Amino acid sequence: MTGDGGTPVLEVEDVGLAFAGVTAIDGVSFDVRPAELFAVIGPNGAGKTSVFNVLSGVYRPQRGRVRFLGEDILSRRPHEIAAMGLARTFQNVELFHNLTVLDNLMLGRHHHFRYGALAALAWLGRARRQELAARAAVEDIIDFLELAAWRRHPVRLLPYGVQKRVELGRALAMEPRLLLLDEPVAGMNLEETEDTARYVLDIRDELGIPIVLVDHDMGLVMDLADRVLVLDFGRRVALGTPAEVQRDPKVIEAYLGGSS
Amino acid sequence: MSTGAPPETARPEAAGRPAAARRRARRPGGRPLLYTSYAQDMALLDTRAKKIWFYGIVLAALLASQVLVDDMLSLLAMAYVVAIGAIGLNIVTGYAGQVSLGHAFFLAIGAYTGAAISGDPDGRVLGLGVTSILVWLPAAGLAAALAGVIVAPLATRLRGLYLAIVTLGLVFLGEHIFKEWDQLTGGPGVGRPAAVVELFGLRLDRPGPLGSKEQQLYLLMLVLLVVFAVAARNLARSRIGRGFAAIRDRDIAAEVIGVPLTRYKLLAFAISSFYAGCAGALLYTVTGFFDPGSFNLLMSVQFIAMVLIGGVATISGSIAGALFITLLPRLTRELPALVPVISADTTQTPNVFQVETVLYGLLIVLFLVFEPRGLFGVWIRVRNYWKSWPFSY
Ligand SMILES: Nc1ncnc2c1ncn2[C@@H]1O[C@H](COP(=O)(O)OP(=O)(O)O)[C@@H](O)[C@H]1O
Ligand SMILES: [Mg+2]
Repeated sequence: MTGDGGTPVLEVEDVGLAFAGVTAIDGVSFDVRPAELFAVIGPNGAGKTSVFNVLSGVYRPQRGRVRFLGEDILSRRPHEIAAMGLARTFQNVELFHNLTVLDNLMLGRHHHFRYGALAALAWLGRARRQELAARAAVEDIIDFLELAAWRRHPVRLLPYGVQKRVELGRALAMEPRLLLLDEPVAGMNLEETEDTARYVLDIRDELGIPIVLVDHDMGLVMDLADRVLVLDFGRRVALGTPAEVQRDPKVIEAYLGGSS
Repeated sequence: MSTGAPPETARPEAAGRPAAARRRARRPGGRPLLYTSYAQDMALLDTRAKKIWFYGIVLAALLASQVLVDDMLSLLAMAYVVAIGAIGLNIVTGYAGQVSLGHAFFLAIGAYTGAAISGDPDGRVLGLGVTSILVWLPAAGLAAALAGVIVAPLATRLRGLYLAIVTLGLVFLGEHIFKEWDQLTGGPGVGRPAAVVELFGLRLDRPGPLGSKEQQLYLLMLVLLVVFAVAARNLARSRIGRGFAAIRDRDIAAEVIGVPLTRYKLLAFAISSFYAGCAGALLYTVTGFFDPGSFNLLMSVQFIAMVLIGGVATISGSIAGALFITLLPRLTRELPALVPVISADTTQTPNVFQVETVLYGLLIVLFLVFEPRGLFGVWIRVRNYWKSWPFSY
């Protein structure tokens, strides 16, 4: 099992977030270690997506601290956090739906480009060189995620499962130092779920990218994750290995007590 | 997996094509859609068909300067300039998704900057006497770009309709300022001379080595349009063009993958306004004179019409839309002769100008309902039809 030791990639300390009276996150703390596959689970409305929105700079929490690669990121804009190497996918696919698969993936590499508007207008050497290099990198991702058949299709025309894969590809194209996946298998059939699980493991094992994976049910997560954080009503219910968490009476109650 | 993608070898293009396209590609006489490198795949004119069309049209346009009557050349020269402006509006509205009704305002800034820099220093209105187009054209573009940068913060606060209405306010503001400021503009009803077109000591607005005044200006505008259009296509396929499309399609996701929203909206307005400013400075060099009343709401609406009719987020569509809208009045002017009910006299109803205005509106509505991709979409349909000919399906 990987993920033990080393300074944490991500440190979340006592984060609290509320919307006009509704508490979304209530004093949650956890850390993610290098090459770790860290899962966050909890029923709908538990605050999982809100945690991601805080990490990627979309929401600003009222209290707490978040450090990514040792730096405080709470005061930073989303695009700055992205440039530091934090990539994410969304629960409801958020692709650029009029653009092709290729352009969506190229957009993932946005902050790797180092040329300005004038070079772009003239398509000068620097712009052209960087675009070609980016294209080569994107083609590797297309191969890895088996997207070749869809390369030139506008993403809005693609089946849902493929869209999810394109979104994963866009995040990978960012060459992230940490990858956040929000319910990557939601709405997928068994075969697609298994494929996604394989991609997730490959990303962690072959690319060594630490991953935070959100899921609302335990199935997938228990097989894959090194550690699991369980949230309910914005609060941390448990944190530990899948085996530890599964035995925890509070977890059993959160999952079985509330919903039945 | 839902794709079941076969292990394709012919990267990058042939593999990505659906079966139908691949079949078509093997048609005898057709060029196999197989690229040998990413450089070729990412080239501006990436297929032979595109190359033939591009060079063919440019050649035809060059030949036109020798064939057409001066009157027609003047009209086309104006249409080419208008096309530069339409490309500009398409950058901010079509690509970046920021609806602007203020385009006429930016044209006005360019027009007055160009005219003032190149104007007669001893004339009735403001003039600095620097007649080289290499000076006043970039200056006109930059002045308008600066105005665009000042206006852009509105776009970070307002969206959609609200932004459209506020930018509309710019047009009214500009109209007022330009009508009052008669040292610069000559005042309403009087106007001032347009920019003086001089290139390397050669006056292009007089008969010269390239032919008549009309022929020279026509060729100048043609060259400029090609330069501006190619630059815009380059921009569109660059990181910046993709960034624009990203903020148009989904702004939150755009930020989260690293596209700085505020900076990109600023950039879109700056570049768009640069195009508008250059178009404004050039527009009246053909007729020689212009009035501060020209930069009104109708002009902004006409530019919107060009973008919508030509095709949102396409450069060739912007040009087609500009040609269409500029040449349309020439056709409607013939109406009184054909349909006696329609009068050429503005005091009568219905007159040709009313018919024109209604026609713009009607065309916008028809295109939005039946072909949202505009003339560009019509072209794609025609092309696809012929591509599969004779096996039309
Ligand atoms: N933008 C928002 N405005 C108001 N309430 C929100 C917002 N985002 C999330 N919430 C609330 O925060 C709580 C947690 O939501 P969320 O993080 O989406 O949960 P999960 O992803 O675990 O299903 C819910 O009660 C939700 O209604
Ligand atoms: Mg959620």
